[in-house]
Amino acid sequence: MVANPWLSHTVRIAKITDEIPGVATYDLEFVDPVQNGSYRFLPGQFNMLYLPGVGESAISLSAHPDSRGRWAHTIRVAGNVTQTLARLGTGATLGLRGPFGSSWPIAKYHGWDVVFVAGGIGLPPLRPAIYHVLDHRADYGRVTLVYGARSPDTLMYPREYDRWKAAGIEVQTTVDRATPDWKGNVGTVTVVLDRLPLARPDRTVLFTCGPDVMMHFTARSALQRGLTAEQVWLSAERNMQCAVGLCGHCQLGPEFICKDGPVFRYDRLAPFFRVEGL
Amino acid sequence: MPAAFLEKCQLQTLFDALRGDGYQVVGPTVSQDAIVYDEIRTVDDLPRGWTDVQEPGKYRLERREDDALFGYVVGPHSWKKYLFPPLTTVAAADRTDAGWAMSTPAAAVPRYAFVGVRACELAAIRVQDRVFLEGPYVDPIYKARREATLIVAVNCTQAAATCFCTSMNTGPRCTAGFDLALTELPAGFIVEAGSDRGTALAARLPLREAGEQDLAQADEVRERAVNDIQRRMNTDGIRDLLLGNLEHPRWNELATRCLSCTNCTMVCPTCFCTSVTEVSDLQGDHVERQRHWDSCFNLDFSYMNGGLVRNNVRSRYRQWLTHKLASWIDQFGSSGCVGCGRCITWCPVGIDLTEEVAAIRETAS
Ligand code: SF4
Ligand code: SF4
Repeated sequence: MVANPWLSHTVRIAKITDEIPGVATYDLEFVDPVQNGSYRFLPGQFNMLYLPGVGESAISLSAHPDSRGRWAHTIRVAGNVTQTLARLGTGATLGLRGPFGSSWPIAKYHGWDVVFVAGGIGLPPLRPAIYHVLDHRADYGRVTLVYGARSPDTLMYPREYDRWKAAGIEVQTTVDRATPDWKGNVGTVTVVLDRLPLARPDRTVLFTCGPDVMMHFTARSALQRGLTAEQVWLSAERNMQCAVGLCGHCQLGPEFICKDGPVFRYDRLAPFFRVEGL
Repeated sequence: MPAAFLEKCQLQTLFDALRGDGYQVVGPTVSQDAIVYDEIRTVDDLPRGWTDVQEPGKYRLERREDDALFGYVVGPHSWKKYLFPPLTTVAAADRTDAGWAMSTPAAAVPRYAFVGVRACELAAIRVQDRVFLEGPYVDPIYKARREATLIVAVNCTQAAATCFCTSMNTGPRCTAGFDLALTELPAGFIVEAGSDRGTALAARLPLREAGEQDLAQADEVRERAVNDIQRRMNTDGIRDLLLGNLEHPRWNELATRCLSCTNCTMVCPTCFCTSVTEVSDLQGDHVERQRHWDSCFNLDFSYMNGGLVRNNVRSRYRQWLTHKLASWIDQFGSSGCVGCGRCITWCPVGIDLTEEVAAIRETAS
């Protein structure tokens, strides 16, 4: 018998952490102890979370890549499934299929300088890769996170920045709309990226996740700064239903975002990425 | 097994043997002015003496001058409705004291014997095999049905005006992918086996050795189908041609004709897009996930984050054509088109993909 790719495993909500308005992190654990012991994922991969009677939603893991026993998913309320999820409390059960998709190839860049560029809710899918770097800090050169959000109170995980900085990651936050007490950057992530000192562009890799336009301009800025398209990685988004390349929904040109992505090297997606309506 | 001969009056023995082996025999039959695939019990269910006349946007049945049983080409149905059912339950969930319990619904696997599969349809099954069986994930429903199915192919002896299998290298001759292949002659059938299962089945039929004259006649009728084919599609560099012309003005022009009705995707024997719907009982304690055929021409197919990615006909037609003829090659190593012509015949406004490709090629950038 072949495994049924549609079959979910039952998971329980172990903990809920409110992040910013409309966004919370759910730590999920498998009800089946064997499953709970064996589940592994790679930074950048996603799960399909399932609420019976409502539907499924593709959610990237925001957990530490070495998490054991429970796994963090940072979720923004956006549609039916996430709205219903937001009404559940700890102890409630739901379905989970995964992990699916490609991952940030962070471990392949030992010795390189690393730039993470995130926009808004694009930070959670990058967080497992950031955690990987924190744990293996000596394996990388200069590491920077450029993170943009609409306003200071919509920056995700603000309590973690001090620890990241202490571990040797330069954190540059920027907001579209500043509040009177905001002392940081104002403007898009590309404004910050454009002036970021890059000591050795030929040994710098950039990982980006956020809205399509933001990733497009981030990639453009990176190319202008001397990186090649092969040194830029992004996480693309499309409507996913089956997550295994069988339903046709998530296609972008020749790519199935669910199984060929969501993480792509920029040169592979560039011809199709910004084509209107593709 | 060397080619053998089955008298026409003995064809029923094939159906009886298949039914005796527990197969549900499905094949061509006339229903609502079209030749469709349905359960066949006797030879009398076959479209004896009928043929189909096809043109872009047109299909009609006509009486033949002879009593041929397989004297038509292809109709609106394809075998995908059996191997990849239009509606299936893929998973279920039940509310228990310990929370939701997930399961795979048990489904009996039907054992089909397909009778009357054309060469382009063998190719289409091969295309769907690559999609459902040969990628990183296997579709268990397709796999179970496919493995249980026996295929009796029938060579074409004529072609419709909409056929272009010779351009796609898929026909009209059946060369692989069948258990038995028949070629219909006025007095009977030339029978070839394409598998051990087919050879064993043939051994139980009242066959006689095919004479040289029979074989020559079979070559002749099969050649007639080749000569009938008028439509052509130039597939040279078609992947780069289409993906390199995503902003071609022809897409705008197409949007003025295409109704986005989904007919082409429903009749196409290789289209595989689906959506899943939640179906709950009244209490909401038992939920089934039902998968149904969907189409890239449906508006909400590209729904994402509260918006639609392909929010106009131009982008939806472009998705259908570029996927079928271009990106399919990247994804599955072959074209998604087998040249059966169904999408041309069943398009209410007669849009012909071979013409569209030619038009794009003419003024490609
Ligand atoms: S695209 Fe049209 S001609 Fe090609 S296989 Fe599908 S229905 Fe047949
Ligand atoms: S091409 Fe023809 S059949 Fe296909 S969606 Fe458009 S109008 Fe309908």
